[in-house]
Amino acid sequence: MSDYRMDRLLFGDNQFFGVNHMSEEKARSQAMRFQHIDAVMDVLDAAYDEGITTFMCTTHDRIAAVADRVRADPGRYDRFTFFPGMPYAHKYADAVTENGMLGAVRRFLPEEGLINAAVRGGRSLARKDVEGIITLLVDAEMRMFSGLRTPVIWLQNVVVDMLLGLGFTEAFTIFARHVRRRYDAEPGFITMNLPMLLDSLDAAGLENPIVCANINKIGFRMSGGLEGYQRALETRRFRAVAMSAFASGAIPPREAIEWIAEQPHIESIVFGASTREHIRSTRLLVDELIPR
Amino acid sequence: MISVGVVGLGKMGMSHLAMIQAHPDVRVGAVVDTTGYVLDVLEKYTGLPTFRDVDAALAKVELDALIIATPTRLHAPMVRQALEHGLGVFCEKPLCMSAADSAGLAGLARQRGLVTQVGYHNRFVGAFREVKRLLDAGAIGRVTHLAAEAYGPVVLRAKGSTWRSRREEGGGALYDYAAHPLDLLTWYAGAPNAVGGTVLGSVFSADTEDEVYSTLYYPDGSHAQLSVNWSDESYRKMTTMITISGTAGRIHADRQEVQLYRRDTAPELPGYERGWTVKYTTELTDPVWFYLRGEEYSAQLDHFVQRVARGDTAGTNTFDSAALTDRALELLTLDAAKGPSTRDEAAAAPDATRRGSRRQRA
Repeated sequence: MSDYRMDRLLFGDNQFFGVNHMSEEKARSQAMRFQHIDAVMDVLDAAYDEGITTFMCTTHDRIAAVADRVRADPGRYDRFTFFPGMPYAHKYADAVTENGMLGAVRRFLPEEGLINAAVRGGRSLARKDVEGIITLLVDAEMRMFSGLRTPVIWLQNVVVDMLLGLGFTEAFTIFARHVRRRYDAEPGFITMNLPMLLDSLDAAGLENPIVCANINKIGFRMSGGLEGYQRALETRRFRAVAMSAFASGAIPPREAIEWIAEQPHIESIVFGASTREHIRSTRLLVDELIPR
Repeated sequence: MISVGVVGLGKMGMSHLAMIQAHPDVRVGAVVDTTGYVLDVLEKYTGLPTFRDVDAALAKVELDALIIATPTRLHAPMVRQALEHGLGVFCEKPLCMSAADSAGLAGLARQRGLVTQVGYHNRFVGAFREVKRLLDAGAIGRVTHLAAEAYGPVVLRAKGSTWRSRREEGGGALYDYAAHPLDLLTWYAGAPNAVGGTVLGSVFSADTEDEVYSTLYYPDGSHAQLSVNWSDESYRKMTTMITISGTAGRIHADRQEVQLYRRDTAPELPGYERGWTVKYTTELTDPVWFYLRGEEYSAQLDHFVQRVARGDTAGTNTFDSAALTDRALELLTLDAAKGPSTRDEAAAAPDATRRGSRRQRA
């Protein structure tokens, strides 16, 4: 899958879960609007019909319902592609608060079916070997995508940046090896610290990695600085996916995409939208300013 | 370059460790936790120097400062030990479960000229800093009332196996959650001289409270209300809000934005019109060297590191400041224990003709 080419536009899922980096009010009204999975599917259908067929999503429980819909109608969704990002961090953070660090890990290890999982996990816990635990957690999160196309699997930024800060680079290698072997997928890494992460992935021996980071004209949430990011785009070998290109609405759409178009080596842009009009206008802008 | 130790590898400790380890001016000299398992995994994969207790770390390693993120009940002795060892201390909030302990530690640090800080990260949120700046500039005239709220989905069922579900260890919505909005009140309005009507209510927890409601009174005649519920699933994550009313306008802020309404009587203020002005986090937030879970967490650690490097005992969230918040937490506990202050005696009388029997016990 290392030759898999990502689409230029990927559709994100923040809007479906009441995540908005600008306004709590807006976040709540979106949470209300997307309470029912039909409303989510309407927007995903609109994106799909605009030719935006890749859905970059978390492993929130509600995504399982989206996966079920897609699985149930292979005719309608023959090109529908998931880029799952894991873990869904709040789930784990709340579990750590409730059960402590080890208790949380135990709680999310798959319970049923996999005797081999118990052995893998049990032995890993005893040997203080994280490989078994990491691979089990990945498998638990991937269950909802069974039978669906998942050519890229992301590690979410809270985990990537935690591991990065701790210097736990071996976890990146373990994650990459597992998603390649077991899911025939390319590993992707989401980060808020792009230049620092690239060094770490280099050290882990991961060549030309897929990395998703905030990349926007105003440097919003780009740790390492705007210039550091631009230097990385120019000089480092990696496959960049830009998120937060509009900086949560702080940059007007045309200006934001014009700037992205000027940056070298950005393979994809992930964006979120709640209406067909907004999806179409973003696609038209990208078609115009970044023709492929 | 300063050498820092981190004690306690729970949720906060682990995240502090990741951020501080990435800081260009810091060398992590020791990581301390009593859970051997987590410690061993960390040592095996990161090579960080690990210790099972603070004594062992202090005996072996030369440190400049200690970050303490253990359960609250362990703070006081550990902070004292670090101060007596001459270290700067960053301690997770709240500082101590007894306001006397907090004041004592603040005094000890002052006497020894040591840098101290407590993890009230909201004071490093761009929007909340802007509120402070606006108040200092008199942007809404004389402040009459403040409302501080926090809601989130922390305890949603009647179980839980960590110290956070036990009040005697500093668990519970008052010390673990309400401390944050309460500290913002301390920042904006100072120390209260009275509190009333405090309710520490349980929604699900058996051994501690899940809700905190109270009225606070300040020496200048202003007052505040605190409203906290950590068993509210309608919030995706902890949401802290501040609303401040004044003679010349009103401020509403959360971590994303500041909404300010200013009357014609409000003083001139660059960047703010009369009527509504809204500022978003994108323009209120300074960049950080490393981002893990919000700029404020990085910014507070950087503030501490810079102060330790300079030996600067003044700054944001010193023990002196946190001791005021700890005292307010204590006042709330005392007030809640008293129960309601005004009862309807007529309703309580045996021949009451009104609503029947008392429905609520203190």
